[in-house]
Amino acid sequence: MRVRLLLFARYRELAGTDEVELELPSRATAADAVDALRALSRDCARIPSQPVIAVNQRYAPPDTPLAPGDELALLPPVAGG
Amino acid sequence: MYTAITSDPITAETVLRRVGDDGDGAVCVFLGVVRDHNEGRSVRGVAYSAYREMAERVLAEIAAEAAERAGSDRVAVVHRTGELAVGEASVAIAVSSPHRAEAFDACRYVIEEIKKRLPVWKQERYVDGDEAWLDGAVPEVAHD
Repeated sequence: MRVRLLLFARYRELAGTDEVELELPSRATAADAVDALRALSRDCARIPSQPVIAVNQRYAPPDTPLAPGDELALLPPVAGG
Repeated sequence: MYTAITSDPITAETVLRRVGDDGDGAVCVFLGVVRDHNEGRSVRGVAYSAYREMAERVLAEIAAEAAERAGSDRVAVVHRTGELAVGEASVAIAVSSPHRAEAFDACRYVIEEIKKRLPVWKQERYVDGDEAWLDGAVPEVAHD
């Protein structure tokens, strides 16, 4: 299945991209998507292995199962306000 | 209730005009403002970025929780994105309610929750030309 993965702030700078499309096996989890991203390039491997993840714009634990077309995001520690 | 993520400049009036009721005896406003120093360094501005769609959703959730606490639906919150200069407001919050305790409490609740879980990031621009992402909070993720 294909999913979109969005990167923000410091992670966007580390990876050198703001968005990637990932092809994942069925039954993949959010953690699998992070692993797949980090395997893409030396730059992507600079993203922490256990970042905060959002799936379809909601905070989600790493074992969250994914579905085709899901929108994942890797979120550095937040600093609003 | 009113919530927004915007690149337009914001002031107290932005949120004040969205709250208030003839039965409300208290209006509490909070502004978060870019200051000219942080941890010993001279700051000339801050760039705010957001995961906009999610931030809009989370801000609406926070406002709804604050409204529940205050027993008042007169809650308005606006968070700014983009390049801000010293003195500009990054966030504006207003709550009105019949009595002051609820308005103060809800206003404080909104800013504290923003700090904990709004997907927004800031990069400080220093007077010496350097810049840095600020350390933030790691949001709690509920496990089903």
